[in-house]
Amino acid sequence: MSSTPSAFAPVSRGRRRKDGAMRVVLLAGTLVALIPLILVIFYLLQKGLSSWSGSFFTTDPNGNFFGDPGGIRSAIVGTLEIVGLASLISVPIGIGVALYLTEYGKDGRFAGVVRYFVDVMTGVPSIVFGLFIYIVLVLSKVGGAFTGWKGSVALSLLMLPIVIRAAEVVLLLVPSDLREAALALGAPRWRVVGRVVLPTALPGLITGSLLAIARGMGETAPLLFTAAGAFALTGNLSQQMNALPIQIYNDILSPRDVVVSRAWGAGLTLVAMVLILNLIARGIARRSVA
Amino acid sequence: MIPPESETKETTEMSTAGGPSEQAQDAPDLSALGVKEGAGHQVQVKDLHAYYGQVHAIRGVDIDFPANEVTAIIGPSGCGKSTMIRCINRMHEEIPGARAQGSVTLDTFDVYGAGVDVTSVRRVIGMVFQKPNPFPTMSIFDNVAAGLRLTGTKSENLRETVHKALRAVGLWGEVKNRLDEPGIGLSGGQQQRLCIARTVAVEPEVILMDEPCSALDPIATLRVEELIDELKDRYTIVIVTHNMQQAARVANSTVFMLDGEVVEHSPTHDLFTNPTNERTERYVTGKFG
Repeated sequence: MSSTPSAFAPVSRGRRRKDGAMRVVLLAGTLVALIPLILVIFYLLQKGLSSWSGSFFTTDPNGNFFGDPGGIRSAIVGTLEIVGLASLISVPIGIGVALYLTEYGKDGRFAGVVRYFVDVMTGVPSIVFGLFIYIVLVLSKVGGAFTGWKGSVALSLLMLPIVIRAAEVVLLLVPSDLREAALALGAPRWRVVGRVVLPTALPGLITGSLLAIARGMGETAPLLFTAAGAFALTGNLSQQMNALPIQIYNDILSPRDVVVSRAWGAGLTLVAMVLILNLIARGIARRSVA
Repeated sequence: MIPPESETKETTEMSTAGGPSEQAQDAPDLSALGVKEGAGHQVQVKDLHAYYGQVHAIRGVDIDFPANEVTAIIGPSGCGKSTMIRCINRMHEEIPGARAQGSVTLDTFDVYGAGVDVTSVRRVIGMVFQKPNPFPTMSIFDNVAAGLRLTGTKSENLRETVHKALRAVGLWGEVKNRLDEPGIGLSGGQQQRLCIARTVAVEPEVILMDEPCSALDPIATLRVEELIDELKDRYTIVIVTHNMQQAARVANSTVFMLDGEVVEHSPTHDLFTNPTNERTERYVTGKFG
């Protein structure tokens, strides 16, 4: 059987060597990419954990030049409020737009234009959204100058395209068989959407929204000229508010070590909050597959 | 001609009963639709043309589907079988760029008449698809109830209606103890019978089946074929099939289609044993297609 086809010949030494070399190169690239990530987490933990304490989360920054600078309670609460309102704006509108694109607009010309603008919006730097709201809502002093809700509006502009894109992808994953089945039973389209398409896509919609929220949570620029800044705790979105990114931005420039260390602690807090949101989103996404 | 989309309009427009304040949609009043009460219902397709964009898929089809009979449509892939039956309940126009011309009548009711609400058409002319497609978020019970809920039908006794539909498709014994479990947990054959139950629960007059067994194993296929035989006492059934033996087993009459046209429509036995058209003979004897 010496006439066995050459396809069964052993892998040549040259090929094996090239394979080994490429594996090393790719692994090295991966490690290089991981280094900054690990360093960020390392520094955050090293510098941030030391400032964490009970009073860190339960007191507000006080602005004193000497002594205890206070904690970050108002920043955490402010972030939750501002991002919460931003989500209430961007998630329903975003899912609505995605529903329009997948269920009604489809491949039409208008839907194409909408998709194009959504893509453009995704690429707009966040500071531009902040500037836009600054010009439209802050300078015009609608309901006061700097207020929390204007920060929410700026954030929602940033989150909107993310929600739309994520929701559209998820809605397109709903098999068209199901829409056909429902339509063939004599269901009007709005009921098909409400009773079949949305429930089927729900886990994915939640996941997409949470990821958009996590993204909005960490943004600084849209808040700087819209909601910033205050030290005091407030539940009133029509006042100036504190937020974690603003707190970090202000603290890190301080000459006082205790204040800089508060910035690290706030940074770690923010990362932890985003991480928790991501974990929840992943948990929901995984359950939907099962 | 297809009238403009009017899906979101309430179906009550079609029925004679129903005061202005009435929210619930009762089953469409068949007599108001020009459909005979009680007796079986026949479907007539006349000079039907269907298009996908510029593609002329159905080229002038005339078929009579007699009441309480099973009519099978056979023909090679791409001959327009599925497109043709999707024109009967106006599902064809759901595809972007697709349109249909010609007339389809249920008894005397013009399915393509001006101002006809497509949702009322689809409630009277039900459809079963090639791939079993139960709603994945719904339980077995909810899947069968889905047709009623999705059409906003107020059912006096939803539970009884669902049980009856499950019995009608012979699924009751298999699922009665797990009605709350997800519909997609059933086997393929059970899922397809669940989908038939879902269609039957709305109490249509005509049931269109688009290759309902092509995704099923032989035993499940046999079960569905027996079911079709039982259902024809109540319904007028049109079944598209790739499988000529299946057509021979279940159909009273069989239509052979080719390139968007009807070549021959004869009693099933005649079509398979003594076809009048030479192309039919070549197809049923396996010489092409």
